[in-house]
Amino acid sequence: MALVSNQLDIADVSKAFGGVHAVTRVSLDVRQGEILSVIGPNGAGKTTLLNMISGFYHPDSGRIMLEATDITNVKPSQVAELGVARTFQNIALFRGMTVLDNLMLGRHTRMKSGVLASFVYWGMAQKEEVDHRRRVEDIIDFLKIQDLRRLPTGSLAYGLQKRVELGRALALEPKILLLDEPMGGCNHEEKEDMARFILDVNQEWGTTIILIEHDMGVVMDISDRVAVLDMGQKIAQGTPDEVRANPQVIKAYLGDPKAATNGGRSG
Amino acid sequence: MEAEVADLTTLPRLLLRNARELQDRPAIREKDRGIWQTWSWRQYHDQVRDFALGLAALGFRRGDRLSVIGDNRPRLYAAQLAGQSLGGVSVAVYQDSIAKELAFVWNHAEVSVIVAEDQEQVDKIQGLRSELTALRVVIYDDARGMAGYKHDWLKSYEEVQAVGRTFGAEHPGYFEAEVDQGKPADVAIVCYTSGTTGNPKGAMITHANAIGVAEIFCREEGVKPEDTSLAYLPMAWAGDATYTLFASLVAGFCSNCPESPETVQRDLRELGPTTVLAPPRIWENMLTAVQVRAADATPLKRRTFNYFRAAAERAEILRADGKPVPAGLRFATTLGEFFVYGPVRDQLGLRQAKWALTGGAPLGPDTFRFFRSIGVNLKQVYGSTETSGLVSLQPDTEANPTSAGRPVPGVEVKIAERGEVLVRGCSVFKGYLKNEDATREVLDPDGWFHTGDAGFMDPRGHLVIIDRAKDVGALADGTPFAPQFIENKLKFSPFIREAVAFGNERPFVAAMIAIDLSTVGNWAERRGLAYTSYNDLSQKAEVRELIANEIRKGNETLPEATKIRRFLLLTKDLEADDAEMTRTRKVRRKFVAEKYAAVIDAFYSGGHEVELATTITYEDGRQASIQSRARIEDVEKAPAHV
Repeated sequence: MALVSNQLDIADVSKAFGGVHAVTRVSLDVRQGEILSVIGPNGAGKTTLLNMISGFYHPDSGRIMLEATDITNVKPSQVAELGVARTFQNIALFRGMTVLDNLMLGRHTRMKSGVLASFVYWGMAQKEEVDHRRRVEDIIDFLKIQDLRRLPTGSLAYGLQKRVELGRALALEPKILLLDEPMGGCNHEEKEDMARFILDVNQEWGTTIILIEHDMGVVMDISDRVAVLDMGQKIAQGTPDEVRANPQVIKAYLGDPKAATNGGRSG
Repeated sequence: MEAEVADLTTLPRLLLRNARELQDRPAIREKDRGIWQTWSWRQYHDQVRDFALGLAALGFRRGDRLSVIGDNRPRLYAAQLAGQSLGGVSVAVYQDSIAKELAFVWNHAEVSVIVAEDQEQVDKIQGLRSELTALRVVIYDDARGMAGYKHDWLKSYEEVQAVGRTFGAEHPGYFEAEVDQGKPADVAIVCYTSGTTGNPKGAMITHANAIGVAEIFCREEGVKPEDTSLAYLPMAWAGDATYTLFASLVAGFCSNCPESPETVQRDLRELGPTTVLAPPRIWENMLTAVQVRAADATPLKRRTFNYFRAAAERAEILRADGKPVPAGLRFATTLGEFFVYGPVRDQLGLRQAKWALTGGAPLGPDTFRFFRSIGVNLKQVYGSTETSGLVSLQPDTEANPTSAGRPVPGVEVKIAERGEVLVRGCSVFKGYLKNEDATREVLDPDGWFHTGDAGFMDPRGHLVIIDRAKDVGALADGTPFAPQFIENKLKFSPFIREAVAFGNERPFVAAMIAIDLSTVGNWAERRGLAYTSYNDLSQKAEVRELIANEIRKGNETLPEATKIRRFLLLTKDLEADDAEMTRTRKVRRKFVAEKYAAVIDAFYSGGHEVELATTITYEDGRQASIQSRARIEDVEKAPAHV
């Protein structure tokens, strides 16, 4: 038992799909307010791990504790209500809806007025809507997407859609933010912007961030700690410098020099 | 009555007057969180007072200089007025300047306080801080991302105002007493003109200049407190200062700051200001946007648009020539107002515009006619930083694309030998800051300011500007050659973004042309022409042919001897970051001639291909080099007579 109380404790979780062991007995502790990156070659089980945290999958064995709550077998919607928001590797926005509507939707779990009250749009319901809109406008301002407010998300450039997706996750006012390759497919400038936003979210709101990312430069720059998965197992964990120097990590990424036959793993 | 005269002596006194007389009328707005937030004149005054007192508490004294950097924000305008209230001088800088330029201006002006819009600007200042010897305090407006910045030289806007309120409580009447000490001859702002040669020069504009110009302008245009304008042009540009600071204070009208540079077009439409000031580039962009949308519309809409547009232009040409408009055409334009002109103006945010101004560079006659014909009262204005932005203006009934208008009352204009335009009057600046030599060069003992522009007065009494006087030369056979005059003919084409003409002491005229990526790109897409980059697109044979045709069109209006014979398409646009242009997009002719010496050699030695080694400077000052080849084309039917 660590002395620092962890915000999220993942203990010995495993997940298999048929005969494929996607994640095998992985333990990970996430501290309040840190940026923790999970890296590893393709198929290492990073997204599966994220899916287990957010409740899309339930582990075959092991336990996941969010603060004092056991969320091992909790539904995704309930995990969200507990303050865990995420973005997806492949953008999952409502393409026909405007940026504003997508963000307002992110507030869904925090909306209290019922269908009827919202329909009448009077009193509490109106006040609530205004509060939500104010919060969403803060996020629009934060992400500098004022000019996109009324545009359908489907019409936006890829990098901007990624930004809107981050916005929607932020609209939930999460305690923990899970980002699945937020920079995948982005150009250099979009990556820089995104890295800046992630740091700002972390600093300004103290949000804990779990990041899956392939761009090593970004990961090593912005992470407080890095965990490395390979073949479903955690092979290393520590500060960026420690991880960078870890021989097992080098082996996982560059292949075993003794067994090297054909240029390592495919991307 | 006496009080009124005293009110009109400095900008801060005007602010006090407006707070007293206009009270709760809107003074300045800003769009924040998607909603327009208004400061009344009283609130504006309170904001300025608190900030000024805060500055005073931080040790800001008379004659100190305060700089602002960022987008147009009410608080940055308020900061400038606060500095002036204490007898200080405001120096706004272009936020897209590279670090070296910023450091030069801040050091040269000995700026002790910088008010920055946000983290991005603070980061720039932080990077330069060790070089800025006079700098003592940096104040930021937007606190986003600033939580981790803890320095004793860095303060938030609110912090300064809170200090100011305390200071004000301890020193009652301090602010008013400081404002009272201000004199009309005090310098209000220093505007750095990028200049086409050497380091920027700081033009000192006094309160008397500022108010004098604004008064004339407001009288000529009948500006009222009910008017509104959009403050979206760089604050460092004299034109924005004249409008948003000077005229707004004199007439008491409301300025509006857009949400972000990207939302300007949308904000313009939402606001529908009664007056719009824009450089030619923006008018051209608007016209292009209208044309693109018309081309993408359904056939019926397109035909309707084209029919009424043609009718409006025919009517406008008749009106401009002073001829009567036939009844049929009048009927068509009346219908057109309902179906086309009104809605188009509405889309562009020009529906309520009582007058619209273009200045800084000539505007193509086609673009000018389009806006006039759809009912926008577009007029040309001529001025420069050194003349506080105003020398001449076109009256409503005499608008035309060729002249710069009539000299305004209170400003004298004289044409000197070699055709240089000289200006004298209340708008002429005090001189360049810490640069006596440069001041003596342009300001003669009789008070005439030498604009450096070559021009003449036409029979109507309008001033016509041809070119920069020093650029006017002659071809080898003695024919006068005004490069900018020729370049402007080219730049009227939507496909040409920049052009540089050569010909001084040469047998014929040749031009380097930078294509407009968006319009040429659009043109290429419509033809199924694939391209990867600016470089690639600019060297397509089809594009060269397109531009050659545009040049032929331009040549039609040029005298035989100065027709363009040869041209080359540049593989990159001319950029201020590469020092090829000034921040206000004027070509640095000498620099460009040196940089592209190989091209000029090839022009006149009959070569057909040239190797270009272009250096690109990024915003942070890093440089990269790109190698490319460019072809030189001869324009048909105009063989070089060497």
